[in-house]
Amino acid sequence: MIRIAAAQAFWGDWPQAPALQVRSGPIDYLVLDYLAEVTVAILQKQKARDASRGYARDFVTDVGVLLPELMERGIKVITSAGGIAPRACAEALLAKAAELGVSGLRVAIIEGDDVFDRMGTPAGSGIDLSALDRDGPTLEEIGPRLTSAHAYLGAEPIARALREGAHVVITGRCTDSALALAPIVYEFDVAPDDWDALAVGTVVGHVLECGAQSTGGNYLEDWRRVPSPETIGFPIAEMEGPDRAVITKHASLGGLVNAASVKEQLLYEIGDPRAYVTPDCVADFTTIELVDEGNDRVAISGVRGRPAPETLKVSCVYSAGWKVTGQITYCWPEALAKAKAAGDLVRRRTESVLGHPFETWLAEYVGASACFGPLGEQSEPEEVMLRVSARSPDRAACERLGRELVGLILTGPPGATGYAAGRPRPSEINNIWSGLVPRSQVEPRVEVLG
Amino acid sequence: MTGSPRYRLFVLAHGRSGDKGDTVNIGIIARRDDWYEYLERELTADLVHAYLEPLDIGRVERFELPNLGALNFLVHHALGGGGAVTLKLDAQGKTFAQALLRMPLTLPDDLANTVLAHWGERLPPDCVLRASD
Repeated sequence: MIRIAAAQAFWGDWPQAPALQVRSGPIDYLVLDYLAEVTVAILQKQKARDASRGYARDFVTDVGVLLPELMERGIKVITSAGGIAPRACAEALLAKAAELGVSGLRVAIIEGDDVFDRMGTPAGSGIDLSALDRDGPTLEEIGPRLTSAHAYLGAEPIARALREGAHVVITGRCTDSALALAPIVYEFDVAPDDWDALAVGTVVGHVLECGAQSTGGNYLEDWRRVPSPETIGFPIAEMEGPDRAVITKHASLGGLVNAASVKEQLLYEIGDPRAYVTPDCVADFTTIELVDEGNDRVAISGVRGRPAPETLKVSCVYSAGWKVTGQITYCWPEALAKAKAAGDLVRRRTESVLGHPFETWLAEYVGASACFGPLGEQSEPEEVMLRVSARSPDRAACERLGRELVGLILTGPPGATGYAAGRPRPSEINNIWSGLVPRSQVEPRVEVLG
Repeated sequence: MTGSPRYRLFVLAHGRSGDKGDTVNIGIIARRDDWYEYLERELTADLVHAYLEPLDIGRVERFELPNLGALNFLVHHALGGGGAVTLKLDAQGKTFAQALLRMPLTLPDDLANTVLAHWGERLPPDCVLRASD
């Protein structure tokens, strides 16, 4: 049997999870996802300032210290912490290993996901990208503003790295579910056209990829009944073979695993459930057989898969102007009326000096249905946070709005507070453009370092 | 029937929502397997669209997962251009599931009785809407 333990669902997830997963019971694989769709844009800015960066440094900090235990117990690590610089990430981890006296560590990196340099090059050497969203802008429209393009790779190159004896596999852009599917493919020698087995592993990957969201975190069914949330256990998939998994967690940790917690995660961020498309297969979520066995154990089997698509998804980042967001809180009396008046005031004042430089403008009243908007039903709250946001191609306009907002404190309605964080600063909008590329045009590369 | 209370969808179902570009998906899961049939029959894409329409949304698609006792709704053009661009506090549509679960429903008597027995003392008071409310 193998045990695959999730330990990170995004860059910024709970920092105690990796150590708790390693130290609270037996596991064979530790899988950590760091790459949300826009994370690449953040990494790019960091790399532009400092060429040695461009990867999730928390991985080296949080997992690096565990290397002696991981090596001693033979636990392998698979992560997307490589971001846009898997090699730099691997070198940092190897340096950490040397510092801790860990020898013999083999770190594999997966490259080939970055296709940016091959966009717009002469026919034959370039790639053929087609838009995924037919309502959105064309590639030609955003072309000059593109800053990156990465193809989502699947489980195959990770499994190849494991076959080459890697203890740690560091990928760049990769389908989230592939991090858990890869060890299943490797351990049980799953054939590349065994679509049903690949679909089971893909569903396992989907359950694991959001960490504690399947074990009692963000649990809407009954959040009050989650045991010991202070030590919430991240999910573990136990597999005797490739056709059936049991989702569970370490018994000594908090949280829970039941049909409701796993279903909430299965339904998370999916489209047509009959066609969950990955580079490795197309999984049919309507064929999942889910059995709650009790004692924090939920079995998954029966998933049907179809052949993998002939294309891979490519995620491109492009610059889409600037935005700024700031907030001020107003208290009783007439908290909501004052927040609304202040929101109108700052808009009139800003437009009186700048005209209409904003593409979009939004005033929200947190505490008075900022989430539910016109569906809200609440009566007068005791305090309301005015949240003003605007978007503009002009950075200076966003900067000015930040100044105008802070200026409200002594020049607007009474009872204003909650502005100690200072003047709101503009931030660049990095939007995502998704496309498809023929998979024959993307060549994943595996290299073992150390 | 005029005297009987209405119940929010939350008493029958739980769920989770998230973003995919400018589309929000809302997974709605029956709290008991035998309640799924009611949800599949009543919670149509048209009803969900009509309820969420004040939030300035596009079309709504529905997919059924009877194996999980669940429905998946895709709410298109729901985030003002997508999670990276939108100015909304809820940039990723995380609260859409809760917004939908607030929908008031008039339940058949036998289903209402099962709901009351299921929850007992734990029935959230703000999920029961009396006729006078």
